[in-house]
Amino acid sequence: MSSTATFRIWRGDANGGQFRDYQARIDEGMVVLDAVHQIQAEQAPDMAVRWNCKAGKCGSCSSEINGMPKLMCMTRLSDLPLDQPITVEPMHTFPLIKDLVTDVSWNFRAKKKLKPFNPRRPDAPDGSWRMAQRDIERIQEFRKCIECFLCQDVCHVLREHHLEDQFIGPRLFVFTAALEMHPLDTENRLPNLRKLDGIGYCNITKCCTKVCPEEIHITDNAIIPLKERVVDQFFDPITRIINAVTGGDKR
Amino acid sequence: MANGAAGAASPGALGVTARRDAWWVQPLAVFLGLTAFVIYATWAAFQGNHYRYTGGGADYLSPFYSPELFGDPKTAWFGGKPAWWPGWLVFSPALLILPFPAFFRVTCYYYRGAYYKAFWADPPSCTVKEPRSHYRGEASFPLILQNVHRYFLYVALLFILILAHDAWNGIWFTDPATGQAHLGLGVGSLVLILNVVLLSGYTFGCHSLRHLCGGRINKLSQCPMRSRIYGCVSMFNARHMAWAWPSLVFVAFTDIYVRLCSMGILTDWRFF
Ligand code: SF4
Ligand code: SF4
Ligand code: FES
Ligand code: FES
Repeated sequence: MSSTATFRIWRGDANGGQFRDYQARIDEGMVVLDAVHQIQAEQAPDMAVRWNCKAGKCGSCSSEINGMPKLMCMTRLSDLPLDQPITVEPMHTFPLIKDLVTDVSWNFRAKKKLKPFNPRRPDAPDGSWRMAQRDIERIQEFRKCIECFLCQDVCHVLREHHLEDQFIGPRLFVFTAALEMHPLDTENRLPNLRKLDGIGYCNITKCCTKVCPEEIHITDNAIIPLKERVVDQFFDPITRIINAVTGGDKR
Repeated sequence: MANGAAGAASPGALGVTARRDAWWVQPLAVFLGLTAFVIYATWAAFQGNHYRYTGGGADYLSPFYSPELFGDPKTAWFGGKPAWWPGWLVFSPALLILPFPAFFRVTCYYYRGAYYKAFWADPPSCTVKEPRSHYRGEASFPLILQNVHRYFLYVALLFILILAHDAWNGIWFTDPATGQAHLGLGVGSLVLILNVVLLSGYTFGCHSLRHLCGGRINKLSQCPMRSRIYGCVSMFNARHMAWAWPSLVFVAFTDIYVRLCSMGILTDWRFF
């Protein structure tokens, strides 16, 4: 049995735009991206929407649905109140290209500036390394990231205050944590985290964690542990003295 | 790099959002919960009396007043009111020790995130407009001081030991006739025990403790003991918020219970 619902979709580009209402047929099992595709096919062939996998794995279809950053392909219509219009907007934090498509290239530029993986010398003559599963477990969570940038979109430091030149945002803290906690890595990223990457701007309000479609515990497992490491190096004289005397924890 | 999308929530003032859910419920609940606690705790700390119940041979000490460093010369660690106590300030043993757990909570990562939202609207809730355009976060003074959290953790761990000792005292009852202490159990004993259990659950999930135990080590496999402790702390840490609220409410309840018993308003029911 099919019914209809109203989709209030943002139409426009960098020069401005407006919401337009479209009716779409609703069938069982549909997600927001299905409805947007239906509207695009039947009513608005010029509507721009980015997508790729329709399986929540490519991170392309990020948008804001009823005001919350979500993947269109993973948001089921059965979870939305269909008696009112469903608003579908582009991400607010990034420059708009057209309709639902934003320019997320800042994230890649910011990522390029971070210190890359710098492993110790190989453990074996064949150039390979040995790692214990226990040591790599913690960062496997971070490797689930699909770079949808919903966390960057929701983070108020970027969304409201646009501190892009001083703050790399939750996605890149997750990326940094995966390198910084890596058992083979030899780099020290803590001075940069404090000064250039602006970890102090994060006020741990956890919106990034709330919207992450991969359910990465961004704040608890990446940002706060990094903040604690920064405290070790810059704000805790007692730990510094102990580390100087004992040589510190083996990292 | 402002967005060209003048979407529903783009321009506007505090509280503007395209969200449909009752986003304000959680910050409002945090605001009311913390305000109520601060008002009660401040009032209770300034009372300076009815913090110990000794009826029926019991020895229940309110957690707001433990350790009792100075206070009742018969029970306090270092005797009565100290000579250096400023004359303009009413004397209460709680004022000496309560700042430590208070700052432990104030600088706790969970509470920080919660009260920045509820009291500062920074942001009021996710994707909801903020009232201010200027933002410094925890990158500079004064909020950079939140980084002292681990020092308050050290004191909090000590307080857990002291409160555990109080709970132990809470199951020993002195016979007024013989002066002999014997094992017993009153409702107050259970209250003191549950209080220390909840506070431990909260403290053992502290992010700074997690870092100290193993978070700072990249090769946990080389420190099996610390690796195990790190695993335990991480388990508590994953439920840090869920421990934070019951422990906060219950510590106030424990004070109320001891206070009401001591005032004679409540009777402490004894199992044996
Ligand atoms: S927790 Fe930090 S990084 Fe995540 S959304 Fe909040 S301020 Fe941004
Ligand atoms: S951390 Fe989560 S929300 Fe952020 S980009 Fe990766 S998958 Fe998306
Ligand atoms: S289309 Fe790939 S994540 Fe939605
Ligand atoms: S982080 Fe909450 S008590 Fe330390």
